[in-house]
Amino acid sequence: MSQFVRFTIDGTECMSTRGQYLVDAARDNGVYIPTLCNFPGVKPKGGCRICTVRVNGKLMTACTTPVAEGMSIENEIKDINELRKSIIELLFIEGNHFCPACEKSGNCELQALAYRFRMLVPRYPYQFPVRRVDASHPRIIKEQNRCILCKRCIRAITDETGRSIFAYRRRSARVEVVVDPKLGKQLTEELAQKAMDVCPVGSIIVKEKGFHVPIGERKYDTTPIGSDIENMQITKI
Amino acid sequence: MSKPIVATTSLAGCFGCHMSVLDIDDRILELFELVEFNKSPIDDIKKFTKHCDIGLIEGGCCNSENIHVLKEFREHCRILVSVGECAIMGGLPAMRNGIPIRECFEEAYLNGPTVVANEEGILPNDPELPMLLDRVYPCHEIVKIDYFLPGCPPRADLIWEALVALVTGDEMKLPYEVVKFD
Repeated sequence: MSQFVRFTIDGTECMSTRGQYLVDAARDNGVYIPTLCNFPGVKPKGGCRICTVRVNGKLMTACTTPVAEGMSIENEIKDINELRKSIIELLFIEGNHFCPACEKSGNCELQALAYRFRMLVPRYPYQFPVRRVDASHPRIIKEQNRCILCKRCIRAITDETGRSIFAYRRRSARVEVVVDPKLGKQLTEELAQKAMDVCPVGSIIVKEKGFHVPIGERKYDTTPIGSDIENMQITKI
Repeated sequence: MSKPIVATTSLAGCFGCHMSVLDIDDRILELFELVEFNKSPIDDIKKFTKHCDIGLIEGGCCNSENIHVLKEFREHCRILVSVGECAIMGGLPAMRNGIPIRECFEEAYLNGPTVVANEEGILPNDPELPMLLDRVYPCHEIVKIDYFLPGCPPRADLIWEALVALVTGDEMKLPYEVVKFD
C-alpha cells in the first residue's frame, strides 16, 4: 500500500501522507480549514465543529478524520461557511465576550474567526450568563466569562506524569474549566505562559501581563486567520 | 435634490464613537457637503425638526431615557445604524448585567471607595431621573437596526466608508483592517 494518498479539496487535486488528519493534509496542500478547538501537537477532539467539511457528501470534522484515497472534500462552500459562522455567533452570545476590555483582543482566535467570516453582529440574542472571574491561582487568572470549553488547556497542559493541570468542574450548562486544586502548584511560570498561549480566547491570563503589543501590530490586526497557510508556497509533486 | 439628513445620538456610550467621526479629519468638510445634520450633538440640535435619512446610534440602552430616544430615532430615521460595541452588544456598561441592580446602586452611592458626603445613605430616586433598566440592552433588541459598524470605537475610515456608501447608494466596502471589535 502506497504511503501517499490522492484526494481533492473543492475540486483541486491534493496529495498527502496516509493517515494524516484532513486539517493537516489540507494545510500541507496550502488549503486552510478553519479550526478552533484544535491545536497543533495536541490530540484532536472534534468539539467545536468549526472545521466541518463535506467528505464524499457527508459532513465530518476535518480535525478528527484521517485522509483516505480518493476522498472528495468540500471546504470553501457557501453553506458550510454559513454553518461555521453560525457556530461562531453562538459562541459569542453564549459567553460574555467584551472584546474592547480583553487582554487577548487582536490575538484571539474566536475573534479572528469572526473577522474572517465577516460577523458584524451575532444573529442570536445575547445570553449574558452570570460567570465568575477566578483569580485564586497565584500565577493565572481564569476568566470564566470568556471560556469556550474547548478543552485545549486540559489536553495540552500536563505535569511530568501526564496528568492534566486543568480540569472540568460540574456538568451540563454549569460546566467550567478550572485549575485542578491538587495539581495547581505544578503550574510553573513556563507552563502558565504556555496555558495562556494555548487558550484560543482570553480565558487564561498570566497575572500582570497583557496589552503589551500595540493595536495595529497584533496577530490578526492586518491579516485574517489562515492567510499564512493560504499564502504558503507549495511545491506540487 | 436636497442633501440626505443625518441624525446622531449617544445613549449608554462614552462619546468615543462620536469622537471617531471627528477622526475622519479634513473629510469632515466633504461630509458637510454631502449631508445635512439634524438632531445630533455635533450641531447641538436637541429635537428632531425633520424626517431623517440616516440615524447613527452610539451606546446601548441602560435606562428608560435611552429607550425613549432610541424609539424616537426609529420613528424619525429611514435607516438606523448601530455604531460601536456598546450599541451592538451593550459594551462596557453591560458588564453590570450579571450584578443585581440594588448592588450596583449600593456600590455607586453607598459603599464604593469613591463615595463621599452621602451620610443619609440616599439612593437617587427623584421621579425626574430616568429609571435604570434591569440590564443593558443592545439596540437591536429594542428596535429594528439596519446596519452594524463594530469597533471600540469603529475606525474613522469604517464610519466614513459606511456613511458615503449609504448616502451615495454604493455597495458598502468593509476592508479587513477597519472591521475590528476593539
